[in-house]
Amino acid sequence: MSSLVIYVVVSLSLMGLISAIILFYIAKKFNVVEDPRIDEITAILPAANCGGCGFAGCRNFAEIIVKNESLDNMFCPVGGNDLLKLIGPIIGQEAVEKDPMIAVVRCNGTYQLAPVKVDYDGLTSCYFMHALSSGENGCPYGCLGGGDCVIACTFNAMYMDKETGLPVIIEDKCVACGACVKACPRKIIELRKKGPKNRRIFISCINKEKGAVAKKNCEVACIGCGKCVKECKFEAITLENNLAYINFEKCTLCRKCVAVCPTNSILEVNFPERKKPVTQTEAQEA
Amino acid sequence: MLLKTFKHGGVHPEENKRSEKSPIRTLKLPAIAIVQLSQNVGPPSEPIVNKGDKIQVGQLIAKGKAFISANIHAPVSGTVTKVDDAPDISGYRKKAIHIEVQGDEWMEGIDRTPDLKSEIGLSAQEIIQKIKESGIVGLGGAAFPTHVKLMVPEGKKANCLIINAVECEPYLTADHRVMLERGEELLVGTRILMKALGVDKAYIGIENNKPDAISHLANLLNGNNRIEVAPLKVKYPQGGEKQLIKAIINREVPSGKLPIDVGCVVQNVGTAVAVYEAVQKNKPLIDRVITVTGKSVSNPSNLLVRIGTPVSMLIEEAGGFPADASKVINGGPMMGKALNNLDVPVVKGMSGVLLMPENEARRAPVVNCIRCARCTTVCPMGLDPYLIAQISEIGKEEMAEKERVMDCIECGSCHFTCPAGRPLLDHIRKAKSKVGFLIRTRVK
Repeated sequence: MSSLVIYVVVSLSLMGLISAIILFYIAKKFNVVEDPRIDEITAILPAANCGGCGFAGCRNFAEIIVKNESLDNMFCPVGGNDLLKLIGPIIGQEAVEKDPMIAVVRCNGTYQLAPVKVDYDGLTSCYFMHALSSGENGCPYGCLGGGDCVIACTFNAMYMDKETGLPVIIEDKCVACGACVKACPRKIIELRKKGPKNRRIFISCINKEKGAVAKKNCEVACIGCGKCVKECKFEAITLENNLAYINFEKCTLCRKCVAVCPTNSILEVNFPERKKPVTQTEAQEA
Repeated sequence: MLLKTFKHGGVHPEENKRSEKSPIRTLKLPAIAIVQLSQNVGPPSEPIVNKGDKIQVGQLIAKGKAFISANIHAPVSGTVTKVDDAPDISGYRKKAIHIEVQGDEWMEGIDRTPDLKSEIGLSAQEIIQKIKESGIVGLGGAAFPTHVKLMVPEGKKANCLIINAVECEPYLTADHRVMLERGEELLVGTRILMKALGVDKAYIGIENNKPDAISHLANLLNGNNRIEVAPLKVKYPQGGEKQLIKAIINREVPSGKLPIDVGCVVQNVGTAVAVYEAVQKNKPLIDRVITVTGKSVSNPSNLLVRIGTPVSMLIEEAGGFPADASKVINGGPMMGKALNNLDVPVVKGMSGVLLMPENEARRAPVVNCIRCARCTTVCPMGLDPYLIAQISEIGKEEMAEKERVMDCIECGSCHFTCPAGRPLLDHIRKAKSKVGFLIRTRVK
């Protein structure tokens, strides 16, 4: 009986020893040397894996930074400048400050301003609604209200406003990862500069139709009159295909264009109130 | 006698053919005709008229330049007021030619007499060329250019022609009336198509709910054994090309292949009559028969309408817009799409205008799938609609492709039969368009 115990113990120990030797050599032979900095950077990244940086997740972002040993064109929208300052010392590079961005919804066709003409009774998905028809209010460029952007947002920074039928972006939560921009079939959402004191001015319309046609469906449509283009002294506004666009790099936030817009399609956000009321729409955005 | 039909799936919706006894009436000309430039499958045609041009009926006004495209002819005479965007049946604004109607002057050379011309003088090549020039597209609803279908690719051979007179969509009766009133022309058109394809056998597939049309055509044929009338069991979607081929000649079109791969070409009744008019009478495709119907429409009609007439005029002619109507559908109730604007012009592919009352138009509330597998039973293509819909919901296109989503013919049988009211077809269409995009990018 006791000899059986000895046999078992000895044979198992031998097998264990042989396996250990094989494993030791295999581990040596196939050892992958990984830069410890990758782990270091990954540890301080937000781990949101949103893809806002343009890479497949946070670890991939860290790998690319270490591989290139530079922070050029690398930006994590979630962590922002503070994060880059932390990454900088790890790879021995100075981080370049970038202006924080935010997503803005460039459509103001609320139920009140762009009344619903037809009743859509199908699948609630913007992708599908866009393929099917021009939407409930008739504007072929405007927000469909299906909420694809809200579903795409991984930071809970968006919700659909039941009163207006438009998505609302919560400024504190939005990190400008761009998921909603990709989700919108009509490319209504744009990433723009957050601006000093979160103040920004943008044209809240992407309708390229002729003025009369656009105005028929929506009171606050850009009709391409060009008044803002003439008013702007900084050449920040361009007019193309009956649609004005404000370049946020050039815009100085002087607010002159807001005052001249005949359809109130230019929105100003987070500005202190003016002496005389200018737009009825700014209240909705704020 | 057992009637022929296709094997897998199918449903039998309420037929509601309210307008089948109403003879085809010619609708008066509109004040302004809007001729859309993208009326058929393929890229839009290019306009060759300018603002201010005087044009006559039948004059070429837009040319199809690509391989799959068709010419467009003036459906009315008058002055071109502008070439500009106008809302089309999709609800989006697309480029169109606006014509202010003045009188009704026809181009010289178009034979407008009602006499039947049964001698076919042209050769096969000349017939196809003539059809191409006349801008004829499939009038069943898909609007695929007919000449492209007739040009059999090298290495393949057609050995039979099927005339699709099934009209399996509920409500629609346009093809039925065409068969009754223009039977002789239909048969000559069929013979022209046979000559163009070089086949010596043609079948006319008619569902058994049109016994008058079956006996009428059988009488006209009078023992001609090259053309055969095939009565079919009433089952939707028998008018689908693949289902019709299976039903009549029992050949199965493989997944991803075309009817020509099994030696078969399918053409619609209306198309055959349009081919007759083009080849024998020199008349391009400028008008078509449209059924205007609905449960509450006071005078359901079959109207001969010029292309470019606003849909509102058709509804006016059928007794006006009923008070309880809430949904206007272009096409039949199963496959048609809702219109969101009644000023949109008639296009070549429009086979019916259906006005649905509120209670009928509302969708049933959606509840969870109860796994009854009815959608799988009725799918004529043998797909699993519930599964594809679920895959589409979670956005896995590759999986949907493996489940053969591209084989779906969008007949809507699954959605029709679903006791849980799930929007199966909507999800499948979404998956289909995403997979289609995937396939196109892969080729590049």
